Amino acid sequence: MEKPLTQNIRTDGAPLYLKEYEQAGGYQALRKTITMTPKEVMDLVKDSGLRGRGGAGFPTGMKWSFVPMGDNAPRPKYLVANGDEMEPGTFKDRLLIEAKPHQLIEGMIISAYAIQADISYIFIRGEYTEGAEIIQKAIHEAYEAGYLGKNILGSPFSLEMHVHTSVGRYMCGEETALLNALEGKRATPRSKPPFPQSSGLFGKPTIVNNIETLSCISHIINNGAEWFKKLSLTGEGGTKLYGASGKVKRPGLWELPLGTTLREILEEYAGGMRDGLKLRGLLPGGASTDFLTEEHLDVNMDFTSVGKVGSRMGTGTIIVMDDKTCPVGFVHNLQVFFAQESCGWCTPCREGLPWVEKTLYSIEHGTGQMEDLDILSFHTKYLGPGNTFCPLAPGAMEPLQSALKYYREDFIKHINEKSCPWRS
Amino acid sequence: MLSEEERKEIEEEFKLYPHKQAAAIEAMKVVQKHRGWLSDESLEDLAALLEVSKDDLDGVATFYNLLYRSPVGKHVILVCNSISCWVMGYEEILHTLSEKLGIKYGETTQDGRFTLLPVPCLGTCDHAPAMMIDRDLHRDLKSEDIEKILEAYK
Ligand SMILES: Cc1cc2nc3c(=O)[nH]c(=O)nc-3n(C[C@H](O)[C@H](O)[C@H](O)COP(=O)(O)O)c2cc1C
Ligand code: SF4
Ligand code: FES
Repeated sequence: MEKPLTQNIRTDGAPLYLKEYEQAGGYQALRKTITMTPKEVMDLVKDSGLRGRGGAGFPTGMKWSFVPMGDNAPRPKYLVANGDEMEPGTFKDRLLIEAKPHQLIEGMIISAYAIQADISYIFIRGEYTEGAEIIQKAIHEAYEAGYLGKNILGSPFSLEMHVHTSVGRYMCGEETALLNALEGKRATPRSKPPFPQSSGLFGKPTIVNNIETLSCISHIINNGAEWFKKLSLTGEGGTKLYGASGKVKRPGLWELPLGTTLREILEEYAGGMRDGLKLRGLLPGGASTDFLTEEHLDVNMDFTSVGKVGSRMGTGTIIVMDDKTCPVGFVHNLQVFFAQESCGWCTPCREGLPWVEKTLYSIEHGTGQMEDLDILSFHTKYLGPGNTFCPLAPGAMEPLQSALKYYREDFIKHINEKSCPWRS
Repeated sequence: MLSEEERKEIEEEFKLYPHKQAAAIEAMKVVQKHRGWLSDESLEDLAALLEVSKDDLDGVATFYNLLYRSPVGKHVILVCNSISCWVMGYEEILHTLSEKLGIKYGETTQDGRFTLLPVPCLGTCDHAPAMMIDRDLHRDLKSEDIEKILEAYK
């Protein structure tokens, strides 16, 4: 099984710095890239079927194609790597940042070449202190080696690259809020249009891509679009970093063909549930995805297949809920997070999320009423897609609406017994 | 007054952005690195340097949970309170920390040694429960290990 993203990662956990990365074939893709036209690079990425790994699964090549090109395009153009990784339950970009920094940097240089960007930033959440230092050192190495800076490898192409370490807040991961954060402002989202591709950072054309997305790019250049497509089981292209956390035997992170089934990830790789516990449900890709249950285990983990059963692949890191964990408490924990992280820009989200959180709290603590279930259902629609300024609130409603569907009897039991059956 | 060193570091940051207002967050990080937190006076000095109003800068500072507008202890403990850590029992870890230190979330010990703060998912959920103390990540936490971990932070 090919594992391009994690191949050659050192077993001692130390980062792969320039020398080792080059020995493993690093920066060959960049050498090839500068012999191609930007359009050829873009087309190759389009043909590979690569879809964004930040959660939404937007086709990467297509996203790039909206950037104005040619001599009349506004300058400078920007490329931003999104390493905010604050979606609860998600721990995949950390590995790529800490263990294979040059794979990200090479992928960014190639991506920047495709859209002819002049300046690039790597946006890293503040808590990834070590990761930020590793990236900083790797960028320095890349400048020294002539992979960054003016006239890269003697070509007419030049690129600057900087690290920006963030100072908290989930909203920073939303791409337009991230641009505001990079401009030194509060991380509130911007209205679209204009889309960042035409007017983004400092009003200039900007592409924001996830760390894992960008880490795929050099492999596509080296091995071609067909090869990349065939890495996946279901044709969406590539491998995926899948993770599992919660009470499974072996929580962890694995690079597997895109489209591997939930069952295989949970049973073969995560080793199944801990002894004495049963699977109650799972969030397939982070806190803002709908619950799936036992009956969905044979679903292929790719964007289309998970969508068909009413959830999203999201970040691909699975949060497992066992049968000794209270579903109401579980969802309450998620809503504490979302209510706290709401940026406050729009009323439904600013006022709705705290209300949802309080309602869940009272149910969990035995003071809930039957009407509370209607209040919760109402919010899943009131904060649903199209009613708020950004996807934070609709995302928050995904685990809630599916919990009300799959675990309704548990909610009712709390209300009837006036206590949490798992706590008493 | 900003120190010579702070000023120099902030001016380095200016080079990475097209105008200096864009370096506002970086500038506040520099001051926090040197002083532990951002006082009203620091914000006034920074506002003057960045040529923005102090209120605007404060609006930015208060938005971000890792910029501290009140003093913190010598060591800051960030305990993950997100979902995987909740499933794996972070509440017990937090309880142990609270008992040992005699403080709750948001508080600082009398001797100024520790501040205890909640933090969303630390991105290490396969090793939950997790916390950070200053720049160090501590994972797979068990209540009985807490005392020993704290000892390393004098
Ligand atoms: C509240 C919120 C938080 C987000 N956080 C992240 C994040 O931490 N990392 C990320 O890559 N994308 C995040 N996204 C998605 C980004 O807005 C954007 O779609 C993504 O960075 C695009 O990259 P991709 O096309 O390579 O997936 C977030 C979205 C929302 C609404
Ligand atoms: S949905 Fe929530 S987080 Fe998004 S803009 Fe509105 S208030 Fe802010
Ligand atoms: S939920 Fe605590 S580290 Fe992810």
